[in-house]
Parts: sequence; structure tokens; C-alpha cells
Amino acid sequence: MSALYILWLRQIKKYFRNKARIVGAVGQPLLFLIALGYGLGPTVEQSGITDYISFLVPGIVGMTILFTSTFIGIELIGDRMFGFLKETLVAPVPRFYIMLGKALGGATVAVFQGIIVFFLAIFIGFDISQVTLGGALIALTAAALIGLLFAAMGLVIASHMQDTSAFPLIINFVMFPIFFLSGALFPLTNIPPALELITKLNPFSYGVDAIRGGLVGSAEHPIWLDLTVVAGVTLVLLIIGSWLFKKIQI
Amino acid sequence: MPTIISVSNLTKSYGELIAVDNASFHVNAGEIFAFLGPNGAGKTTTIKILTTLLHRTGGEVLVAGADPATNSNDVRHNFGIIFQEQSHDDDLTCYENMEFHAVLYGIDKPTRTKRIKDMLTYVDLWERKDSLVKEFSGGMRRRMEIARGLLHHPKILFLDEPTLGLDPQTRNYIWDYIQKLSTTENMTVFFTTHYMEEAERYADRVGVIDYGKIIAIGTPTELKAQTKTSNLQDAFISLTGHQIREEKPDPHASIKRSKKMGRF
Repeated sequence: MSALYILWLRQIKKYFRNKARIVGAVGQPLLFLIALGYGLGPTVEQSGITDYISFLVPGIVGMTILFTSTFIGIELIGDRMFGFLKETLVAPVPRFYIMLGKALGGATVAVFQGIIVFFLAIFIGFDISQVTLGGALIALTAAALIGLLFAAMGLVIASHMQDTSAFPLIINFVMFPIFFLSGALFPLTNIPPALELITKLNPFSYGVDAIRGGLVGSAEHPIWLDLTVVAGVTLVLLIIGSWLFKKIQI
Repeated sequence: MPTIISVSNLTKSYGELIAVDNASFHVNAGEIFAFLGPNGAGKTTTIKILTTLLHRTGGEVLVAGADPATNSNDVRHNFGIIFQEQSHDDDLTCYENMEFHAVLYGIDKPTRTKRIKDMLTYVDLWERKDSLVKEFSGGMRRRMEIARGLLHHPKILFLDEPTLGLDPQTRNYIWDYIQKLSTTENMTVFFTTHYMEEAERYADRVGVIDYGKIIAIGTPTELKAQTKTSNLQDAFISLTGHQIREEKPDPHASIKRSKKMGRF
């Protein structure tokens, strides 16, 4: 247990010591909120969605968590390049703990970042009076699970990479499709069947749906289904990750 | 004395390149054993295999009764290692690096508080315990890593070129501590070096390794007698046919470089 805690604590300390990263990770979501909310919003609202900002904010909070948590993969590659990974790997700690401790650290940081974006969204016009306490707790649970899922995915992808050069490709060809082909930016009703299938297979769709259900009360699926899907995929990734960690050779 | 590390016919190859070639040796519990050889001889590769970081191509290895390839976690409970290359986190303070290590090795809070203080005082870093390691000089980092490796009093201590980059005075000082720990805790020490003098002075037995092959094993006295020489330097030349040298790059390092070509 204390091993999990110290692995988690290290991620948190590193995050709060890197102020540039905190600010940088807020920039892109804000840009999306402003461009889409103000730019696209009026057009979208003519087609039936009454309040696009309310629809968009949960999606952008989800996006913040998605990209921030995946970033832990880069940190893992950094640990390998600067030698710290060796120190962690020779320790008598089960590989599942190493995987889980790092993923929890990445998820905590990502949720924190998501909360910052959520509060900034209020200044952009998000009506916070519609959020209930119970709903906020549901959204927070969903946010934590998305953070854990994609931190685990970042670690799985990075576990056997020797340097960071391939990571931008992963962001472009894996993370952006996961973001765009989910329900983050548009409703999943009346979309072409092929796209619908992809969004149904995308665990991020369920996570965003639960955040939206919690914050603004308009979920597509029952919340329990959303949370179960995200938790299930997270568990599978954590298990794959610990297996991959066992295989690491330095 | 019982055997604590036994290695027979160990081979590690990377395609064509053979880093460790059919090496066999054993280390007795409580002794200080040195692997003496030039850079690229296969010393680090052997240590990585013994410490679960690398899988071997062939041969048998037992460390504290367990196979590092299949029983990694049992092996990990029994050793500590001080790496040749740096292995700390620059963004953490000196104390945080020490504590991270101590917690991963399950040292309880009162013990770790005391030991971290003792060790950092011993290597003269206690005053700087709350500085970020990125502010440290090379020598300070090295001292911190040595202090960290000794924190959990392992049954077997691996040291890969431990005193590289340290001044002679600090080197002696650190060896004094290691020798003391080896005696009081019956700790086995396995170290690699390319300093003749270090092997001769501190090792109970020395294994001479060159091009991945073990050329000779014995006490410094035995090696000198075997080669009819008066010091280990001459014994080394007599055994290998050349001076200890540094011109050969580490084959493992070049493998790592080629792997860096954005492969996944």
C-alpha cells in the first residue's frame, strides 16, 4: 500500500513543480471551448440543441482529462531515458502496483486539470446553477475513471518505447480519433451507422456521457452502464499494463 | 561458505553480437567479489541479468536461491544495486529520492527516518537534503545514489563501477562503509570495476572478464601467483594479453542507440 502511495505522490509532486505544464494543458481545451462554443454554437443551436455550451463543456472537460492522463506515457519514457525506471523496476514491488500507482498519479493530475477547465468554463458562459451536488459527484467519479483509463492506456503504449519520438504519432492517430469520434463535441443521434459503431466501441464516449449526465443531466445511456464500461476497460488495461511491465528489459 | 550467486554457462547475445559468452562463476555469501575488466567486457550486462533487468539467452542463474528470469520478485527482495548510470529523479529533492527508495523497499517509518539521516550525513549531503537533485554536481549525485543503495541493508549489494567519478578520498570513505556493512550484516558485495587497484584492495576474490568471457577467477594473491606477477595490473596483462583499456565502446550501448530509432 505504501508503495502505491509513494508512486502516486511522486507524480503529484512532479506535476505541481512544473507550472508551465499546468498552464499549457489548460490552453488547448480553452481554445476549443471558445472556438466551438462561440463560433459554432449559434449555428448548432439553430438545429435543435438549445444550449450548446452546456453540451460542449462536459465534452471539453473530458478532453482535458483524456489528453492530460495519456501524457503520463511521455513521463514513463522520460523515466526510462533518464534512468529512473531502472530504480523502480528492481524494487521488490509487484508490477501491478507500479502500473496502478503511476496510473493513479496520472489520473489525479488529469482530474485536477479537468476541474480547472470546468471552472474556467463558467466564465465562458456555462451555467453552473444547473449542476446538482449528486450530479457533480457522478461527474467526478466518471472523470476519475476516464483519467485512470487513459493514464493506463498511456502507460501501456509507452511501456516498450525507447524514446518519445513516436509519441506524437500516437497522439495524432490514436488519441485524436478517440476524442473526435466520441460524443464529446456532437450528439450521437442521427449519425451514419459506421460512425455510430465506432463511437459505441469507444470507451471515451461512455465516460463523456457520464460526465454530461452528471453535470447537465442529459446522458444518452444509463449512468451505471457508462461507469461499468469505463471501469471494465480500465481494469483490462491495468492488467495488460502490468504484464507489459513484467516484460520490460533495460 | 555457502554460495549465494551461482552462474553457469551464462550467455547473452544480441543477434550476432555476444555480450556474455558462456560465463560460469559463483559468489560466496558474505564475500566481496569483483568483476574486473575493460568497458564493453560484459560486466554491466551480467549485472543486469543477475538483477532481473535483462533476460539471458542461455545458461543457469541463481541469486539467493531464485532464478532472476522466472522468480524475479523473490530475487528483488534480496539485493540492492548502485547503477553505473544515473538512476534518480532530478525533479525530486535529495530526501524525496531517498524516501521513495526506502518506501519501495518496505522500510518502516522510524527506521527509514533514522537511516536516511545517517546515510546522508555519512556522504555529507544532509545539509542539502531539501535541494532538488538537478542542482547537484555529478559527485553529489553519485554520493546520493550510493547512500540510497545502502539504505535497505540488502543481503547482496551489486555495485556497477561504484566509484567512477569520485575523488580518491570519497572513494576510500565509501569503501570503508561498504566493508563495515559487509562484515556486520554479512552482506555479499558484487562489484564491477576497471580500476585494478580497487579490485586488489577491496575484493576477496576477483573474476577477470574480457570480451564476455571469464578469463580467470581467484583471490588477488592467487591471480598473481598463477601469472607469476607482483601486482594485479601485470597479472591482468598476462591473463588477457593486453592492458586494460577503454577504446572499445560498450556493445550494449550501441544496441540501445540503434533501438532508439522510434521503434514500437
